[in-house]
Amino acid sequence: MPLAQLGAAPPLASFGGAVEFIFTPQTSNVTGGKTVGGFSQVVELTLTQLQVTVLALALALVVALPIGLYLGHRGIGEFFAIGLGNAGRAIPELALIALMAAAIGVGVLNLTIALAVLGVPPILTNAYVGVRQVDRATVDAARGMGMSGFEVLRRVEVPLAIPTLFAGIRGATIAIVATATIAPLAGVLTLGDFIINENVYGEDGVLAGAILVALLALALEFALAGLQRLFTSRGLKVSTA
Amino acid sequence: MRTRTSWARAGTAALLALALALGVAACGSSDDDSTGNGEEGGGAIVSNPKNGKVSLTIGSKNFPEQEILGEIYAQALAAAGYKVKSDLNLGSETVALKAVKTGQISGYPEYASTALTSFFGIEPEEVPADAEGAYLAAKAEFFKEGLTAFPPTPFASANAVGTLKKTAEKLGLKDVSDLKGKSEELTLYGSPECRQRIDCLAGLEKYYGLKFKSFHPVDIGLRYTVLEKGQADLSILFTTDPQLAAEKDKFVILEDDKQVFPAGNVIFVTKQSTAKQAGPDYEKTILQVQKGLTLEVMQELDARVELEKQTPKQAAAAYLKSAGYTG
Repeated sequence: MPLAQLGAAPPLASFGGAVEFIFTPQTSNVTGGKTVGGFSQVVELTLTQLQVTVLALALALVVALPIGLYLGHRGIGEFFAIGLGNAGRAIPELALIALMAAAIGVGVLNLTIALAVLGVPPILTNAYVGVRQVDRATVDAARGMGMSGFEVLRRVEVPLAIPTLFAGIRGATIAIVATATIAPLAGVLTLGDFIINENVYGEDGVLAGAILVALLALALEFALAGLQRLFTSRGLKVSTA
Repeated sequence: MRTRTSWARAGTAALLALALALGVAACGSSDDDSTGNGEEGGGAIVSNPKNGKVSLTIGSKNFPEQEILGEIYAQALAAAGYKVKSDLNLGSETVALKAVKTGQISGYPEYASTALTSFFGIEPEEVPADAEGAYLAAKAEFFKEGLTAFPPTPFASANAVGTLKKTAEKLGLKDVSDLKGKSEELTLYGSPECRQRIDCLAGLEKYYGLKFKSFHPVDIGLRYTVLEKGQADLSILFTTDPQLAAEKDKFVILEDDKQVFPAGNVIFVTKQSTAKQAGPDYEKTILQVQKGLTLEVMQELDARVELEKQTPKQAAAAYLKSAGYTG
């Protein structure tokens, strides 16, 4: 039976094969008879992928949002906020994981930090830019009404910065969920397991993994778009509509 | 990608001594393709002008030992007068085999055991224990597919269950069977695919009846880091790992007493049509240069790349030169 798969013109993965892999366990050449893939494994790995994504995003938000908002509000640290945004995109994730493996070991903690590092730059930069670009006249009017600095930030600057802010969070989410596919190299089994282990899962498994990650990314994108609508003040919706 | 850790530094000194003993000057700047004309040394490769008409592309899978082997074959064939390109780092064996079949590469080095278990569905315990037997079995299977394989290298590589020496002493571990009754308390780390492979975790569970406290998938490059860090009680290593030679007092591998991890000697896989077209020097050159590849030499070459951060190209060139194959 394995020989059939090695026919003269090796077939590429097919969409149908990938869909089948997602729903029904398949045979594999290297497992000694055990089947691989199938719906229960797909669900398990998808949930792990979602879990590490949420953890990393939460950490990135906790770190980046206060700093970005504060710097934007005070109008300081532009070089830091923008520079970090640019430099942060160039960090090689695998190298980071390997580096931290020596310090804190592999596992969820290592992975969460490594993925959060991806999320921090877009969130921080967009929070900064979003707050900075609020019309100065509006801010002055708010101050004139007697608002404190924090009130200006909370009631004027942040609401007006929501679209930019969310663009950063959405970008960070996509980067994190897509990169969480390398988690099996750091001790955590995510959908990347299907993609990394072509030997075990075959090409259909690889394609299935890629499709599932793409779907998960889309689902998160839609969810965040919905959340953004909820957070956008009515006045802003009218003016941008 | 791998962090340079203390053992790496400690090992470097010993390995440098080894390198010197071999009488090798590591050629830093690499015009490795300025191949020898074979004017000196009994075993030197002789360039045959007839081979200049033949273009070959040598491939390899995606880890250091494979890339070193790919480079050795590529540079040797270039020395024999062939027009040679290399296409290393091809990924898994499935990808590499496909590349041979589609003609993207002319050939690549494969472990006979991997070929039998992964390509031809042979159970690990049915893989012939001797190199010649495994080679002939694999060659027969390859032959049905229009491929062929050249005779095996002297060295063999296999997966192995490794641990720190002090752990082995504390728990009284010598063979993998000694893990019985203890493995439930131990964590095992290995490459992501190890989890389901019958010549890895799946085999340990099935044939040794072992259950582990947990299995953690990690990048192959971290297989020693997790042991050193104290995270892993056990880690899947390779028998050709240079760390095993350089740090005998630190790492040990457990004897695979039930032969679940078949040892694989390397055979060069190529198309029958390519072998015919390339002429007799193709096989002759490959067999000539792999004659020196004993376990010790392979470990030493792996060390150059994995511990001393030479490129596979440099390591291969140094090997060919020190063994007198190229000038």
